Amino acid sequence: MLADLAAGLALVALIAYGVLGGADFGGGVWDAFARGPRRDAQRDAIAHAMGPVWEANHVWLIFVVVLLFTCFPPAYAALGVALFTPFHLVLLGIILRGAAFVFRAYSPQSIRRPELPGRQARRWGAVFGAASVITPVLLGMCLGAVSAGGVRVAGGVVAVDGAAPWLRPLSLATGGFALAVCAYLAAVYLANETEGELRGDFRRRALWAGTAVVAMSALMLPLLRAEAPHLWHGLLSARAAPVLALGVAAALLSGWALWRHRPRLARTATVVQTTCLIAGWGIAQHPYLVYPDVTVHTAAAGEATLRFVLWSTPAGMALLLPSLFLLFRVFKGPSLALADAEERAER
Amino acid sequence: MTNPDGEVGMETLTAARAQMEVSLAFHMVFAALGIGMPLMMVAAEALWLRTGQAHYRQLARKWAKATALTFAIGAVSGTALSFELGLLWPRFMEFAGGIIGPAFALEGYAFFLEAIFLGLYLYGWEKLSPRAHLLSGVAVAVSGMMSGVLVVAANAWMQQPAGFVLVDGKATQVSALAPFLSRAWGVMAVHSTLSCYIATGFAAAGVYALGMLRGRRDAYHRSGLALALGMATVAAVLQPVSGHFNGEHTAKHQPIKLAAYEAHFHTTRGAAELIGGIPDEETQTVRFAIRIPKLLSFLAYGDPDAEVKGLNDFPRELWPNVLITHLAFQVMIGCGLLLIGVGAWFWLARWRRREPGRWLLRALVVSSPLGVIALEAGWIVTEVGRQPWVIQGVMKTEDAVTTVPGVPATFFGFSILYLLLGTALALLLRRLATGAPPSASSAEHSMAEVAHAR
Ligand code: HDD
Ligand code: HEM
Ligand code: HEM
Repeated sequence: MLADLAAGLALVALIAYGVLGGADFGGGVWDAFARGPRRDAQRDAIAHAMGPVWEANHVWLIFVVVLLFTCFPPAYAALGVALFTPFHLVLLGIILRGAAFVFRAYSPQSIRRPELPGRQARRWGAVFGAASVITPVLLGMCLGAVSAGGVRVAGGVVAVDGAAPWLRPLSLATGGFALAVCAYLAAVYLANETEGELRGDFRRRALWAGTAVVAMSALMLPLLRAEAPHLWHGLLSARAAPVLALGVAAALLSGWALWRHRPRLARTATVVQTTCLIAGWGIAQHPYLVYPDVTVHTAAAGEATLRFVLWSTPAGMALLLPSLFLLFRVFKGPSLALADAEERAER
Repeated sequence: MTNPDGEVGMETLTAARAQMEVSLAFHMVFAALGIGMPLMMVAAEALWLRTGQAHYRQLARKWAKATALTFAIGAVSGTALSFELGLLWPRFMEFAGGIIGPAFALEGYAFFLEAIFLGLYLYGWEKLSPRAHLLSGVAVAVSGMMSGVLVVAANAWMQQPAGFVLVDGKATQVSALAPFLSRAWGVMAVHSTLSCYIATGFAAAGVYALGMLRGRRDAYHRSGLALALGMATVAAVLQPVSGHFNGEHTAKHQPIKLAAYEAHFHTTRGAAELIGGIPDEETQTVRFAIRIPKLLSFLAYGDPDAEVKGLNDFPRELWPNVLITHLAFQVMIGCGLLLIGVGAWFWLARWRRREPGRWLLRALVVSSPLGVIALEAGWIVTEVGRQPWVIQGVMKTEDAVTTVPGVPATFFGFSILYLLLGTALALLLRRLATGAPPSASSAEHSMAEVAHAR
């Protein structure tokens, strides 16, 4: 029971990372694919939207990792061995993404046309975009690998059964799916945080990304059924199916709202959609942490540890949630039009 | 505790240690700056709000930008570390993840608060009232310090494990507060927090000293220098006192480590303290050292005739690397004493109302990396001195390491990555540092700004 609660907490943190951190990766994706006459304005809008919040959003990932190794140490150890290579690549992506984002912000503007980024800034921008595309794919691949069943753990020894679990078709498809979801989240948020023609740009991008989400899920269904029957059955079970159904309904609603130029509704629906998707996956995956050998119960840390983590959560959240609320109210609240011209003038 | 597959290639262990070392050494620089910079930035902003002098605001803004850059690198390199614990040391994490976890879990909240309030601080100059803005800065400084204090609990537990019972190689009856029960935590937390202020303060002071040497003796540079050195000198003077308690603690609980970093081979009463010198493990002698009779006994046990155990009393396979720990220890102490000297020189000159002279400024420039060097050296003493154990007396490092063969490749890859990032960051910070505001003392401008901000 304690272990299930701890796993639930980790799932909530993962959802928060998906909904918030995922959009930051998506922002980088649209930076990489910024096109057309408003290319620089698009990039500015993205940087402006991410700047104050991306570091706070990133901490959700650290929180997931800490919960995992604190509450389920053997699972963390097994993942560290089985996913050694993809995790290193994820780290490479995370490091380059974060570093390039701030490096670009503090690189000089172009000398001849001061309103444009200089050469150095453009290079870091390219790194930022590329890393933002690659990292969510890799993270999705790792998530797929956990479910795909190729990681075997017996008596503390980790072995990989057959092909590298993160390179199987289902894992690759999960990677593509994660990328599409990130891009969709970001485009929908950005359509809310911009106006006029820029809003049109992001609305159109959101429609493309939404189509990609649908296409990727269509691709994943047969793969799930063939490669991860346990997950397939879990997803269709009475526990997970209602959550997923709600997610699908929210997805349709968000698509419709975008189409009808109602970005606020689209944003709410998109958040619900992503939440339900990750929650549905987590519920279907339960009780497995790494299918089929590591479960929430076999991997659980001592009771005292679990209790500490669970009891410290309300206290921590009592500090955290009001602060987060303040952060998002100041920067994502109604008075967005207040451009901080000074910040730009000083660069 | 042995590895189920038997042998782990020596190469994997060496590479894993090297990768951990590079990652931690890299992260530590940014962790230190992430703890020290916000304090300076808040102090400058408080002075601006009190005096209305524009150069204080400019300093606060400059330091906020430096913090933004270094914080981001600290955050991503810290993320890498938390993955690397599992990637490089899966058996350690399997054993200890649940025990040291609570320290990291609490640290997680500190990170959150730090990141949130840094976002508010950096982007909120126009959106928050001056007081709310200042308070955001205070929250950054406090939560940054707390995250350092909390993560050190994990390391303290590895130096002096506590809060569990070992049965058949498994930890049972684990206390949820285990990392905080380690008696090493208190002394280490104080000493390492002070070291962050020292490293940051002297590093920043060097920048302003260089500017003044180039003729920019305006209020901006003078105040920048004084604020940085104010923080750093106080910490530097406290540091030997705090370090003395670390030493006493080590003498009691990790006597092999003490013997190694003091290069003390033979058990003696009234043991001498060695200054400098090159220890040789084979001949068990130390060449070129200055000996201060009885000082080691006195420092370690408060009694000049106390017996100090030498390395000879312990099995050879439990010795850490004597040469590295001894040299690193000398470097830490040497840098610490030099910094106290330079700091005292500056305040003496100021107390006599003298402008800092060229020699003083040069000394400040030269000593600007010494704080960081001392900090890295201190961690080498602590971490290399703990070897061959990863958890003192419980688990050897060689039993903690991964079985995956690819570690040498990731080690080289990450070293190159960190080298590139470090270089790029240094160039950007240099640009930031040399771009001082043109007119740093126009009082009217500043008063207008105060009025505007209110
Ligand atoms: C700016 C950095 C700095 C400076 C000037 C000093 N130290 Fe230090 N020292 C550290 C930074 C540091 C550190 C990196 O922060 C360590 C590593 C672990 C820890 O808790 O602090 C450390 C550890 C450390 C240890 C513990 C080694 C162990 O057993 O693990 C001792 C005995 C000392 N120090 C003693 C001193 C003394 C007597 C100093 C007098 C000048 C001194 N240190 C200056
Ligand atoms: C939690 C706080 C920790 C801190 C602050 C810390 C600090 C450090 C630092 C700074 C170094 C590098 C010294 C250098 O500059 O070369 C180091 C080395 C090392 N650390 Fe830690 N460490 C911590 C936790 C850990 C953990 C969890 C492990 C996991 C097993 C670990 C294992 C090692 C190893 C194996 C080395 C290499 C030692 C050697 O070269 O002999 N440390 N540590
Ligand atoms: C004495 C050693 C350490 C100190 C003092 C320290 C301190 C800090 C500080 C102040 C930050 C905030 C970022 C910044 O300001 O640059 C940070 C970030 C981080 N550290 Fe460390 N750290 C230490 C060692 C470690 C170790 C050993 C780990 C992991 C095993 C770790 C994990 C992290 C993580 C995950 C972050 C990112 C948090 C964020 O996004 O804000 N740290 N650390």
